Amino acid sequence: MEGVMRSDAKICGESGTESSPRGLGCSLRHFACEQNLLSRPDGSASFLQGVAEKSREWLIRNTCEAVVLGTLHPRTSITVVLQVISDAGSLLACCLNAACMALVDAGVPMRALFCGVTCALDSDGTLMLDPTAKQEKEARAVLTFALDSVERKLLMSTTKGLYSDAELQQCLAAAQAASQHVFRFYRESLQRRYSKS
Amino acid sequence: MAEAAAVVAESLAGGRARAARTVLDQVVLPGEELLLPEQEDADGPGGAGERPLRLNAGARARVRVVCGPGLRRCGDRLLVTKCGRLRHKEPGGGSGGGVYWVDSQQKRYVPVKGDHVIGIVTAKSGDIFKVDVGGSEPASLSYLAFEGATKRNRPNVQVGDLIYGQFVVANKDMEPEMVCIDSCGRANGMGVIGQDGLLFKVTLGLIRKLLAPDCEILQEVGKLYPLEIVFGMNGRIWVKAKTIQQTLILANILEACEHMTADQRKQIFSRLAES
Repeated sequence: MEGVMRSDAKICGESGTESSPRGLGCSLRHFACEQNLLSRPDGSASFLQGVAEKSREWLIRNTCEAVVLGTLHPRTSITVVLQVISDAGSLLACCLNAACMALVDAGVPMRALFCGVTCALDSDGTLMLDPTAKQEKEARAVLTFALDSVERKLLMSTTKGLYSDAELQQCLAAAQAASQHVFRFYRESLQRRYSKS
Repeated sequence: MAEAAAVVAESLAGGRARAARTVLDQVVLPGEELLLPEQEDADGPGGAGERPLRLNAGARARVRVVCGPGLRRCGDRLLVTKCGRLRHKEPGGGSGGGVYWVDSQQKRYVPVKGDHVIGIVTAKSGDIFKVDVGGSEPASLSYLAFEGATKRNRPNVQVGDLIYGQFVVANKDMEPEMVCIDSCGRANGMGVIGQDGLLFKVTLGLIRKLLAPDCEILQEVGKLYPLEIVFGMNGRIWVKAKTIQQTLILANILEACEHMTADQRKQIFSRLAES
């Protein structure tokens, strides 16, 4: 399974501004570029700057691998392509949800559904679920969890910033409660899709 | 952490195993657990206490249950692996058991032995053609697997041609293999599909719906214009009418049929018959 993540120009611009205070000297982050990777268009390229995108790709890939029943399809590759159309915060959680729904749509056999939930902790310790881009930037810590639909168990977690052990547990509990709403939404949206058949 | 535990205990609708009988023709999601009728007795509300005492409780008649696509067995549990509507078919004789499967609207095709499909020839290499059937890898097709083909008399197949054929080998560990003859060596409608016409892709569910014996869509379509049509179980339809315009109309009707109810289809067909 491959996880390809492409961000459009707008996102790249944002991350560029973000990294500018750090690059006071002449330290550029890791570059990577692949050309002509899509067969249908006349030209295509993917460009990578920094490791954030690549690590996200791996987080999504590992989460998908945890629920997809790969043994039923040996010698088969599953490619997940995520294109960021707009970013209003909690990008990774949104990508996880999109990947899950795409896998369901393709009819890939899965052990369970999964969803991503992002929590942010601000300077006075208040917990925000599904933070906006602005809230994320101002937050002391941002935690993203992937949870499965059967046992509500943690499939993946990634965190950034400072937080205590108790706060982590608090965020996880909040994410588990929130996942219920996401799974309910999945069910409603799929029921709508199958309503005319 | 107490909060988290409470959340886990209070699961979403369908998180707990539901009886397969009660969710028939409803949408099921991956990860759901289903209870078969014979398990219901044991696990259902009321439990063992309220059941009348059976003398031969141990020797309950064993029913044969077959898991179709979208379901898997894990020990004695029945788990859903695909999203779609749960379907059930009673066995020929007697009650209980039968076949359960999930009817999904996916586009992804997995080759199945015996399926008739439309493929596109992508390469010629020695004795075999490589045919793109929409699966995870191309199928192979021997040049001898055509009606009347011999080592001397090779069939006229070019790269890019459309092939209507049948799978003779299709399993997850091997390259799928197609043939264009039946077991008696006759073409039986299979072979290279002629020039012109239009090939388009629909969901696998729509193909199954169109090929169902009680489907009225094909008869209605046939009344509109004289046409030639080929359905591949891999979600491809090839259609050809007298003019390009008619071909396009037919393709659009067939594509639109998926998201219409029977009444809406009736309206559309009556309106088209008038015009």
